[in-house]
Amino acid sequence: MLKVSGLTSHYGRIQALYGIDLEVHEGELVVLVGGNGAGKTTLLRTISGVQPMTGGSIEFKGRDMGQMSADARVMYGIAQVPEGRQMFGPLSVEDNLCLGAFTRRMRGLDTDLEKMYAMFPILKTKRKDPAGTLSGGQQQMLAIARALMARPKLLLLDEPSMGLAPNLVREIFGTILELKAEGTTIFLVEQNAFAALSIADRGYVLETGRIVLSDSGAALLDNDRVKQAYLGL
Amino acid sequence: MFSEFLQYLLSGITIGSTYGLVGLGFFIIYNASHVINFAQGEFVMIGGMGTVFMMQAGLPMPVAIIMAILLTIVIGMLLEKLAIEPSRKNASVVTLIIITIGASIFLRGLAQVVWDKDFHTMPAFSGEETIHILGAVIVPQNLWVLGGGGVIVLAIMYFFGRTALGKAMLATAYNPLAAQLVGINIRTTLLWSFGLSGLLGAIAGILVAPITFTSYDIGIMLGLKGFCAVILGGFSHGWAAIVGGIIVGVAESLGAGYISSEYKDAIAFIIILLVLFFMPDGLFGRRGTDRV
Ligand SMILES: Nc1ncnc2c1ncn2[C@@H]1O[C@H](COP(=O)(O)OP(=O)(O)OP(=O)(O)O)[C@@H](O)[C@H]1O
Ligand SMILES: [Mg+2]
Repeated sequence: MLKVSGLTSHYGRIQALYGIDLEVHEGELVVLVGGNGAGKTTLLRTISGVQPMTGGSIEFKGRDMGQMSADARVMYGIAQVPEGRQMFGPLSVEDNLCLGAFTRRMRGLDTDLEKMYAMFPILKTKRKDPAGTLSGGQQQMLAIARALMARPKLLLLDEPSMGLAPNLVREIFGTILELKAEGTTIFLVEQNAFAALSIADRGYVLETGRIVLSDSGAALLDNDRVKQAYLGL
Repeated sequence: MFSEFLQYLLSGITIGSTYGLVGLGFFIIYNASHVINFAQGEFVMIGGMGTVFMMQAGLPMPVAIIMAILLTIVIGMLLEKLAIEPSRKNASVVTLIIITIGASIFLRGLAQVVWDKDFHTMPAFSGEETIHILGAVIVPQNLWVLGGGGVIVLAIMYFFGRTALGKAMLATAYNPLAAQLVGINIRTTLLWSFGLSGLLGAIAGILVAPITFTSYDIGIMLGLKGFCAVILGGFSHGWAAIVGGIIVGVAESLGAGYISSEYKDAIAFIIILLVLFFMPDGLFGRRGTDRV
C-alpha cells in the first residue's frame, strides 16, 4: 500500500534521511523504532508532504505521491497523528474533530463524530471545551480521533505514547489494536519499542537516518541488537 | 452642552466603525499569516475611489459599488499571489510586512495614474436629510455606516464560527502544521484571507466616502487608524477590532471637539503608544493560551 524507496530529506544542508526503503502492506501494523533524533518524525512528515523530500520516491496505492501537496495526500487517504498532538488549542474539541474531516469538506460528520465519541467517551463530555485545556492523554485521544475523521486508509502515528502514564499508554495501544482489527493500515513510530513491537506485524529500526534492521515484530523483539539498544536488556 | 457631547459621540462612533472594519481586515490577515498588511488602507481607498469613478463612467450606484468591491477583492488576492506567496517560503514575517508597505505605495501611485489626485465626493446612499436626536444632528449615511458595520461583524462571526473555510482559517492561524496534516491547503487559505480583507476594506471605504471625501491617499490615515483599532482591541477576537475602532473614533472626535481639531490625528498615535507600553496584548488580549 505504501512503498518508500531511496527517500532522502534535508534541513537546509543537514541531511536527516539517507535513502529510506520501506513498505507497509494493506491491513498491516508496521512499527518503526529508533532513538532520539534518528529521523522518525522527519520520515513521517516527509510521507505526509509537510517536509520536502530531496530524493527517492513515495508511492501510495500505486500512485506517486512525491509531487503531491500535503492536503492532496490526506484526500488520498494518508492521515497523521503528529508528534506532540498539535491541537488547534483555542478551538473546541468538536471543532478539532470536524477539521479532521476537512478534506471531506466537513460533510456527513454526525455518524463519524458519534463513532469517535463512542471510542473516546471523555471527548464527548469535553466536546465544547477548548482543546488546549485537555490533559495530555485526552489530547492524544483527540489527535487520534481527529486523524480518523479523515477516514484514512493509512494512519501514521508519531510517538502516541510519549509523556503518558502507563495506564494511558495501555489504553492508546489498545485503541491502535482496535483500529487494526477494523482494517485500518497503521504505520506506528515509537520509542516505547517493547510495547510497539509486541503488537506489530513487522518492524523497522531507524538509526541516524538509515534503516538498519527490518523483520517481523516478534523477531525484532528477540534480536540482540534491538534488545541492547531499545529494550534495555 | 449634552447635545454637543452627543454630537461628538455619534460622529466618533460612526467614523470609529470604519476604523474597526479596517482593523478587522488587519486581524484576518494577521491571523492567517502573522503578517500585518499595511496595504489594508489602500483597500479602503480602492473601494471608495473605485465606486466614484465607476459612477462617473455612468454605472448606477449599486452596480458601481459591487464592481468596486469585486475589484478590491481581486487586488487583495493579486497582492497575495504576486507579492506575498513567492516570498513566503524564504522570507521572514518582517520582510513580508515590508513587502506590504511597498505594495501600498505602489497601489497609491497606481491610483494617482489610473484615476487622479483630486478629492472626490460620493453621493449619500439615501439622501442628506438630517435626523435630529436629542439636539445632535446626523445624516442618514451615519446609519448606513453603523448598520453596515453591524451586519458585517455578524457575517464575519458567522463565517469564522460556522463555515468550513472560516474554521480552516482559524486552524491555520493556531497551528499551520496541524492544519496541513488535516488536509487544509494553507496557501489557498491565505489567498482567501487577503480576498476577505479586501472585501472588508472596500466596504469600509464605500460606507464612509459620502461622509468624509475620498482621494488616492486616504488609505494612509485610514490604514493607520485601523491598525490602531486592532492594536487596541488585540489580535484575539474579531469583534475586539471593532470595539477598538469605536474607542479610537470617539477619542478622536472628543479630542477634536474639546481640545483642538489640530490634534485629531495625533490621538490615534498616542493610543497606539500607550497600548504598546502598557497593554501589548490589547484590551481584550489573552496571553499565552493561544498556541498550545
Ligand atoms: N527543524 C529542524 N531543523 C534542523 N534540523 C532538524 C529539524 N528538525 C529535526 N532536525 C534534525 O533532524 C534529525 C532527525 O530529527 P527527527 O525529529 O526526525 O528525529 P526523531 O527520530 O523524531 O526524534 P525524537 O525521538 O526525539 O522525536 C535530528 O538530528 C534533528 O536534530
Ligand atoms: Mg520525533
